[in-house]
Amino acid sequence: MIEAPPYAVFLFPSVSHVLKAEKILKARGTPHKLIPVPRHISTDCGVCLRVAVEQQGLAAEALQGLVTWERMVLL
Amino acid sequence: MEPDPGKNQLIYFDNAATSWPKPAGMMGAMGYYNEMIGGSPGRSGHRRSLDAGRIILETREVLAELFGIDDSLRIAFTKNATEALNIALLGILHSGDHVITSSMEHNSVMRPLRFLETQGVQISVVSCSGDGRLSPEDVHAAIRPQTRLLVVTHASNVTGTIQPIAELGHIVRDHGFLFCVDAAQTAGALPIHVDEMAIDLLAFSGHKSLFGPQGTGGLYIREGIERHLRPLMMGGTGSRSEFEVQPDFMPDKYESGTPNTIGLAGLGAGVRFVLTEGVEAIRSKEEGLTERFLKGLASLKGIAVYGPPDAASRTAAVSFNIAGVSPSEAALELDERFGILCRPGLHCAPAAHRTIGTFSQGTIRFGFGYFNKDEEISFALEAIRSLAAGD
Repeated sequence: MIEAPPYAVFLFPSVSHVLKAEKILKARGTPHKLIPVPRHISTDCGVCLRVAVEQQGLAAEALQGLVTWERMVLL
Repeated sequence: MEPDPGKNQLIYFDNAATSWPKPAGMMGAMGYYNEMIGGSPGRSGHRRSLDAGRIILETREVLAELFGIDDSLRIAFTKNATEALNIALLGILHSGDHVITSSMEHNSVMRPLRFLETQGVQISVVSCSGDGRLSPEDVHAAIRPQTRLLVVTHASNVTGTIQPIAELGHIVRDHGFLFCVDAAQTAGALPIHVDEMAIDLLAFSGHKSLFGPQGTGGLYIREGIERHLRPLMMGGTGSRSEFEVQPDFMPDKYESGTPNTIGLAGLGAGVRFVLTEGVEAIRSKEEGLTERFLKGLASLKGIAVYGPPDAASRTAAVSFNIAGVSPSEAALELDERFGILCRPGLHCAPAAHRTIGTFSQGTIRFGFGYFNKDEEISFALEAIRSLAAGD
């Protein structure tokens, strides 16, 4: 049996988008953390938004239509 | 008590150029950024860089709330309304396009348009009435198949004349071209709602009625327009660093280089002040001051007043002349003898002065603000009476 990855990260076009997403999740009380974009995911030098994998669906639902993200990757 | 210039008790009537004083929170917000944060937004992932980014996001969010904008990322920050207008005009218009504007525009619109004219853009300058009003029917009559844009000031910086923005916006929307509004004089002073007014591009100044510091302004760009709007500058944005081409999304496409974070911290505080006080309350106060001044001027001899006669049709900028005294002489006397600070001349709007018949000597402009008081208006009226009487 393969163990589920503990985190999912949302990658956004810019830090402005990340911070808007952060504000939305903060208002919703969804636990999250901003982290530098892991090098193996992207060469972009910015930050991304990390949530526990079980929060991934809730986070996506909260952000949908309010801020666009480019990719969601399991860590 | 009357102001006494000898005791440095000045009366600031130049709010149409830049507002003063600013709300106490503005300097507090700038000081907080400077002392406690200091990072470069969007350039790193450390906490102070992120805090700097959060300050800028908050300023976008309160501006979006003020202007009825759904997504705050549709606002790109600039150093002033002029830069915002240049992005809009130079970015959207190409050779062969036709653009309509009014005869009351500031040079921040007229100069880019005259440059574009040399590049093959056709321009129609619709004449306004003697008090500066633009007729929607006349705009309608100027529309051609090649019309790409209508660019109009929300209110004249010379006469304060308020244009019928919502009516103009819906004419433009019905004909399928774009509507750009210069809100330098009105952002924070009059209600603005980009959807209700059908505004596609809204250029605003941060340091006038939004009570931010100088060096701040911005441009709202309706969704989808950025696909056809060239940026004025390109460079580092902190995003998509692996690519050597400019990002194509908002707001990064128009925000190259390190932003004026300390200024935008101050602008955020200014806009929060506007939201707390309420645009309606601000408008009511400024309209009351303007009405009091207009009534007072009407009772004086030898005074010519320009713009609509009623305060409801104008902002708090009032242009007038004193018979036998040039605007520059009057402004000097007002400053040195009475401590009243105002702006004489053409106000960077020669077309507007031609429209109201005051080119080339110009006018004396009093720009009232939210912090002015009734007694300052009374004192100024007495000073004007004195100058008109040759005292």
